[in-house]
Amino acid sequence: MASRWMKGMTLAVSGLSLLMIAALLWRSLPILYDHSPLELLFTTAWKPSEGRFGFWSYIIGTGWVTGVAVLLSVPLCLLTSIYLSEYAHRRVRRLIAPLIDLLAGIPSVVYGLWGILVIVPMVEHRLAPLFGKTSSGYSVLAAGMVLAVMIVPLLIHISLEVFQTIPREMREASLALGATRWETVKFVVLKKSLPGLMAAVVLGISRAFGETMVVLMVAGNVAIRPGSVFDPAYPLPALIANNYGEMLSVPKYDAALMFASLALLLVIVLFNVVTRVVMMRVAARDAR
Amino acid sequence: MKKRRWEERIALGFMLITAAIILVSLFWILGTILVRGVSALNWSMIFQTPKGGYYLGKEGGILNAILGSLFLAGGATLIALVVALPVAFYLNVFLRNGSRLAGFARFSLDVMSGIPSIVFGAVGFILMTLLGLRTSLLAGMLTVALLILPIMIRAMDEVFRLVPREILEASFALGANRYETSMRVMIRQCFPGIVTAVLLALGRGIGDAASVLFTAGFTDHLPDSLFRPAATLPLAILFQVESPLPQVQKRAYAAALILTLIILIISLVSRWISSRFSRHIIR
Amino acid sequence: MEYKTHIRVDRLNVFFGPDQILKDINLVIPDKKITVIIGPSGCGKTTLLKSFNRLIDAVDGVRFSGSIFVDDEDILEPKSELTHIRKKMGLLMQKPYPLPMSIYANVAYGPRIHGTRDKRELDRIVETYLRKASLWDEVKDRLHAPATQLSLGQQQRLCLARGLAVEPEIILGDEPTSALDPRSSQRIEQTFLELKNDYTIVVVTHILRQARRLADYIVFLYLGELVEHGPAQKMFEHPEKEMTREYMQGLIS
Repeated sequence: MASRWMKGMTLAVSGLSLLMIAALLWRSLPILYDHSPLELLFTTAWKPSEGRFGFWSYIIGTGWVTGVAVLLSVPLCLLTSIYLSEYAHRRVRRLIAPLIDLLAGIPSVVYGLWGILVIVPMVEHRLAPLFGKTSSGYSVLAAGMVLAVMIVPLLIHISLEVFQTIPREMREASLALGATRWETVKFVVLKKSLPGLMAAVVLGISRAFGETMVVLMVAGNVAIRPGSVFDPAYPLPALIANNYGEMLSVPKYDAALMFASLALLLVIVLFNVVTRVVMMRVAARDAR
Repeated sequence: MKKRRWEERIALGFMLITAAIILVSLFWILGTILVRGVSALNWSMIFQTPKGGYYLGKEGGILNAILGSLFLAGGATLIALVVALPVAFYLNVFLRNGSRLAGFARFSLDVMSGIPSIVFGAVGFILMTLLGLRTSLLAGMLTVALLILPIMIRAMDEVFRLVPREILEASFALGANRYETSMRVMIRQCFPGIVTAVLLALGRGIGDAASVLFTAGFTDHLPDSLFRPAATLPLAILFQVESPLPQVQKRAYAAALILTLIILIISLVSRWISSRFSRHIIR
Repeated sequence: MEYKTHIRVDRLNVFFGPDQILKDINLVIPDKKITVIIGPSGCGKTTLLKSFNRLIDAVDGVRFSGSIFVDDEDILEPKSELTHIRKKMGLLMQKPYPLPMSIYANVAYGPRIHGTRDKRELDRIVETYLRKASLWDEVKDRLHAPATQLSLGQQQRLCLARGLAVEPEIILGDEPTSALDPRSSQRIEQTFLELKNDYTIVVVTHILRQARRLADYIVFLYLGELVEHGPAQKMFEHPEKEMTREYMQGLIS
């Protein structure tokens, strides 16, 4: 019966994430025999030819870049979403929404290219001197700035969805008491949206975590602990992408990179699962 | 009272500034690509493959990457379609509302949409070695198909869910089984939505670099076999921009312009089809 | 019987986009009485009510013309201060919508916004108006519990207390008992009857029996037009218009 293989396909598709985890785990085994995951994740020595694989510097690099991206993007997106949801005319909203979708459709290499052409020189020649630092431009800040723009569509989309779930009448109740629209936003809308907005931020973080092309092109690819945002960094996805070519020449190198991919996958899946479960719980509580 | 007014005005001011920053960024990106790309673009760029010494600044074009991307993304989209359509049907026609399998499936698809493409690249690499493939067009197609599958299914699912239950029940009441209902009623009702979902996935797949990095390889030749490496526009951009030679860098801009234009065209076609084919839809 | 006028509506027209919701409304709302606006569903009653506190402004594409005078001030003037107008009016909606905060904070919301900061003053306000809404005894031990813990009937009384706390002159009720069980409905109606000594009350309802119980003055709207208005007794017993008589007898709905 047709429905039996359709059911099978559906089950298979649902289980894909687990399959992917399993596949990466399997391919990471060679390195896991000799090194514990803690050692791999938390040491900084990266000398594959000597059999030393410490990912910590790269994890720090990912952390810095993601941190800057989120710090820049969240205020931008929150204020813009509030504007679109609570203040803008219908016509303005209809104009801006497709433009934000456009932003979402731009491929990451193009973002990276813009980063190289525009953001890197800006950091090198304008921003770094402003703070009395020298920088080649290829830096945490440059990567963070480009990533911040990349995650804008995601953050705005989720925030708008969350704001929409708040009943119109609740806003009316506040306005009817003589509150301004801004006071209504502060005390009613934002208060009620808090869980959903936090979920949006977590999803934004997880998106920035895994982005490869932009960081590859713009972050500098130097594995040091950045002293400031003007220093370069080497995020984990860039490490994986850059060294894929070397994989087969050094023993256990490919297993190490598979392990790095696995770590990335597990963190992102964890963030996604937890956020979505929380959002479902909140939605169920509101439906009361 | 005045203080309250002022607080609101200042807040609104900030809101407008942030909205402006976002829009300015959008136009800056598109503008930069347009300006830099157009100046580097010429006919030989589009219609030739790289000749000898291309990467050292000699003649040639990026036809290899253009066709490679189109074939790879096209193939991946077809492969994904073969899986996505039945699953989307199953979730909406065969399963009852609120079924636990449907909830679990949708949940895991949403989680999958958040997985970065480099992970798909790594998994694709594993798949490739398991199947005994080398870096090739086919390996790239399979990897990208995996990448875009959740996006395609969810987009179709959203459209299918909008179909009122009554229409399906009317079909069942007339004696059609679930398979026939899917093919005859659902497809007709949702056709534009299906097309939009497919084009959405195509747009996503054609622009992705990290998934094809390990799996499709790169080549100067036009795509002629499923089992040989294929060039793709995103990787062409990546490799060319890293070159120290300005002439080669300029080609990266041209490639970026072409890629962006292709994606834009796909998006516009999708909207056009969507509005043109809404005739049969019952509202 | 002469009534003192509190609200005077003069040639009010309201449009939502291309649709005209209210057509040339002229009427007066008497001071410190309960006025009930009746009419079949969807004929503009809620729109009229929400014009009084300018909540219709929140709808995209709304246009209106005419004047509404409250104490000789035209509230439809573009220059008028919305928060000032709304402070004069308290609104009770069909379904209770407690704000996402504690019971105490709900009632204190309005006064806090308008500048009252002193804790003892706020405590006094919260107690006074919870008493007026007949809710104090039920919640006095859990003032800082979330408002969502209350039953629907209690929530509606909370919303009433909340609306009274800004010390309005006029109370507006948009089918305020339609979501409640009979006992809670009774309590709300009871409270309205007590409150009318101090406040002008305007209630919208489509239940004629409720109008009979509450109204001193009746306004009958049909499809956006004012059919007739007058003292309750007159409207029920010898209305002037044929349509009014038919509606009262339940022939049209």
